[in-house]
Amino acid sequence: MEALEIARWQFGITTVYHFLMVPLTIGLGLLVALMQTAWHRTGKEHYLRMTKFWGKLFLINFIMGVATGLVQEFQFGMAWSEYSRFVGDVFGAPLAMEALLAFFVESTFLGLWIFGWNRLPRLIHLLSLWAAVLASVFSAYFILVANSWMQHPVGVEMVDGRPVMVDAWAVFTNNTALVAFPHTLFGALAVAGAFLLGISWYHLWRRRHDGLDILAADGTLTVGDPAGARDAVDHRVWLRSARAGAVVAMIAFAGTGITGDLQGKLMFDQQPMKMAAAEAACHDGTGFSILSVGNLGAQSCDDITAVIEVPGVLSFLANGDFTTEVKGVNTLLPEYQEKYGTTLPDDAMYGERAGTEIDYLPVMEVTYWGFRIMIGFGAIAAAAAGAALWVLRRGTVPESRWLMRLAVFGILAPFGANAAGWIFTEMGRQPFVVAPNPDFSGVDSVFMFTAAAVSPGVTVAELILSLVALTTVYAVLLVVEVKLLFTYVRGGTASAMPELAHSDDDSAPGAGGKDDGDVLAFAY
Amino acid sequence: MTEALPTLWFVLIAVLWAGYLFLEGFDLGVGMLMKLMARNDTQRRVLLNTVGPVWDGNEVWLVTAVGAMFAAFPHWYASLLSALYLPFLLVLLGLIFRAVAFEWRGKRDSDAWRTRWDWAIAVGSFTAAAGIGAALALTTTGLPLDADGNRVGGALAWATAPALLGAAAVVLFCLVHAAAFIALKTEGGVRGQAERLFRRLLPVAMLPFLGWALLVQVDSGSTLTWLAVVLAVAALAASYRSAAGGRDGRAFAALGVGMLALVGSIFTAVFPVVLPSTLDGAFHLTVQNASSSPYTLGLMSIVACFGLPLVLAYQAWTYWVFRRRVSEASIPKAHPVVAL
Repeated sequence: MEALEIARWQFGITTVYHFLMVPLTIGLGLLVALMQTAWHRTGKEHYLRMTKFWGKLFLINFIMGVATGLVQEFQFGMAWSEYSRFVGDVFGAPLAMEALLAFFVESTFLGLWIFGWNRLPRLIHLLSLWAAVLASVFSAYFILVANSWMQHPVGVEMVDGRPVMVDAWAVFTNNTALVAFPHTLFGALAVAGAFLLGISWYHLWRRRHDGLDILAADGTLTVGDPAGARDAVDHRVWLRSARAGAVVAMIAFAGTGITGDLQGKLMFDQQPMKMAAAEAACHDGTGFSILSVGNLGAQSCDDITAVIEVPGVLSFLANGDFTTEVKGVNTLLPEYQEKYGTTLPDDAMYGERAGTEIDYLPVMEVTYWGFRIMIGFGAIAAAAAGAALWVLRRGTVPESRWLMRLAVFGILAPFGANAAGWIFTEMGRQPFVVAPNPDFSGVDSVFMFTAAAVSPGVTVAELILSLVALTTVYAVLLVVEVKLLFTYVRGGTASAMPELAHSDDDSAPGAGGKDDGDVLAFAY
Repeated sequence: MTEALPTLWFVLIAVLWAGYLFLEGFDLGVGMLMKLMARNDTQRRVLLNTVGPVWDGNEVWLVTAVGAMFAAFPHWYASLLSALYLPFLLVLLGLIFRAVAFEWRGKRDSDAWRTRWDWAIAVGSFTAAAGIGAALALTTTGLPLDADGNRVGGALAWATAPALLGAAAVVLFCLVHAAAFIALKTEGGVRGQAERLFRRLLPVAMLPFLGWALLVQVDSGSTLTWLAVVLAVAALAASYRSAAGGRDGRAFAALGVGMLALVGSIFTAVFPVVLPSTLDGAFHLTVQNASSSPYTLGLMSIVACFGLPLVLAYQAWTYWVFRRRVSEASIPKAHPVVAL
């Protein structure tokens, strides 16, 4: 393999992996902050337990997001030095701002929250969590500004062959970023919603399974109330969490739908080829393909047939009406070739690729299925959440072990949707690393081919080594993280509140206030 | 005004690196001392909890320093990180293991589990410190870069004596800095051990750092930078005297001043070169030819002008909140997580 391919695999793997942790951090963080706010305002015990339990899972995951995020910031320079030099003037700024204005707040105030139980005044402690969580949301905004500039470069002029920022406002209010931002946040909430629902379902099921909660034939529920961690409050913890998770999941899906529609309409203008490839739409038309057969991987339009097609829907996705024809691949290809050339320039930066033909068609298997998996998994998770909410009206879940397993496995669906969405939009941008903005034209057109972006001095051996090392470490850590999450989930609220496990010990540090002894309320 | 912007950003990036070395310096050192100094699990937890609430905030100084290099000097960022591909890979792997180990170590009540993560913390801290040290030394002494700023000579072209010197400088500084920090932040047996370790280490531990500073001074020093080196040596001597007199706070502060003076002398001496090429002086990356446009630098200056003081304020407040010394008595019992 060549350096370019290895570097792309590495970027893809590390980024998709990083984005397994990120949406859970953002979504769950917001929900935990709401739980603690509810506890702060009402003083009700179940909100405290929810905060502690979900907060613990949040932290186990959070740290992986931090650790893998470091790789992201470094690898632009390490593996993509030409890209970094080309875009640095405009792309570096949002990254630096993310660190200075968001990540600092996030890391510092999360430390205050973790170690601040019983040490900080309650309100300050709560506000520390809000600061950390809102900073993670801000973080997402800055990163999406950077990414959106690659999708739709704005606010720059070409000076000596490189884009130079001339309008920061345009960069930071790029319409691509303004819709990607809420879309990403709703995606994160979808993950958190399913996470709450799946795990709470397990605990409600466990309580029935262990004979604590009994559902009579007439539908009345008797909630068990033994002393200790599995009292009646415990039932309320899981029921509240399950219902909240289901509602959040449904709202999040609606949100991703609305923002995704806006994003799609922009993308039909900004990167028409990406959307044509998402549809495997070879010819101009109005129909949305439900199922297309043929060899998508052949990178040729000739043998693809849309088996089931809904007329008008594609036009609606692109333009909001049912009749305007949307350009297909066969129409777009010559347009791209005319505008951006048929072969890569004879420039040393392209190495052996200089002068070779440019394939403007993204890998259609990936774009076509990525788009559908994103929407499909999102919809399945939302529908399941709706059904779950209805089932939960009785105050518990059915005794079926299979349904419980389904609920737990369902946690994966929105993760899959998030990953598929990112893979779709990033691979759909190819062969460009910075896609051309169709509004710019002529010699000033700002774009960069991915083939020119890789570090020229870095050897294949180095790239292989880092790819293998990072992938192996990531795989091992994923296993450890998931096992650790399982352990804490199985332990229930007592895993995050040891004082619940031995209820006879009344002196255990409890719900807050000033600390009473020398022993730390929390220590690593 | 706009001509001064690249210089301002060079100063800011030097400040960010110095801040990183000062702050994460002690938590990297604490990480290594988990294996080198602590004698039992309680002592290891005492060490860990001296930096528990703050290490992650400290690490953001690195993220910000590197992010600021990308924004303000894209050519510096691109050339340095791609030329030092393997050292930065080691830094990343070290930081990854260290980060998850901090958070996960106490999440399971098992000796094997804890031992594994102790190693992750110690080795991760070591590789991160060594890699950062090598990178900083090389950006002041030079790398074989061609006219386009790309490395010549293969994957190990950076493996030179200055790289080793920089690695040793930062690793040993982290160790001695951590000893001072632990003495300041703990009570009981651990404190005494740290004080003794500090007095034993200080006379030798700063020698490589001093060597790195002298190497740069010999090449491009000025009266001002030589004065900074003298100031550093005086601060280190004062640090030793304070420690001998049992004044932990002064010892810690004076060591910090010594390190900052050395970093100041190094970055001032190399200015305006940010990354020299060892092949040809014409290929040097400088604050002028490596920097972003005045517009971008101006924008970033506004952001930094209000962002950086804010960071300093709330991080200082964090240290104040967690100002109490940690002792073996203040460590709560490990609690097992039991499945229902």
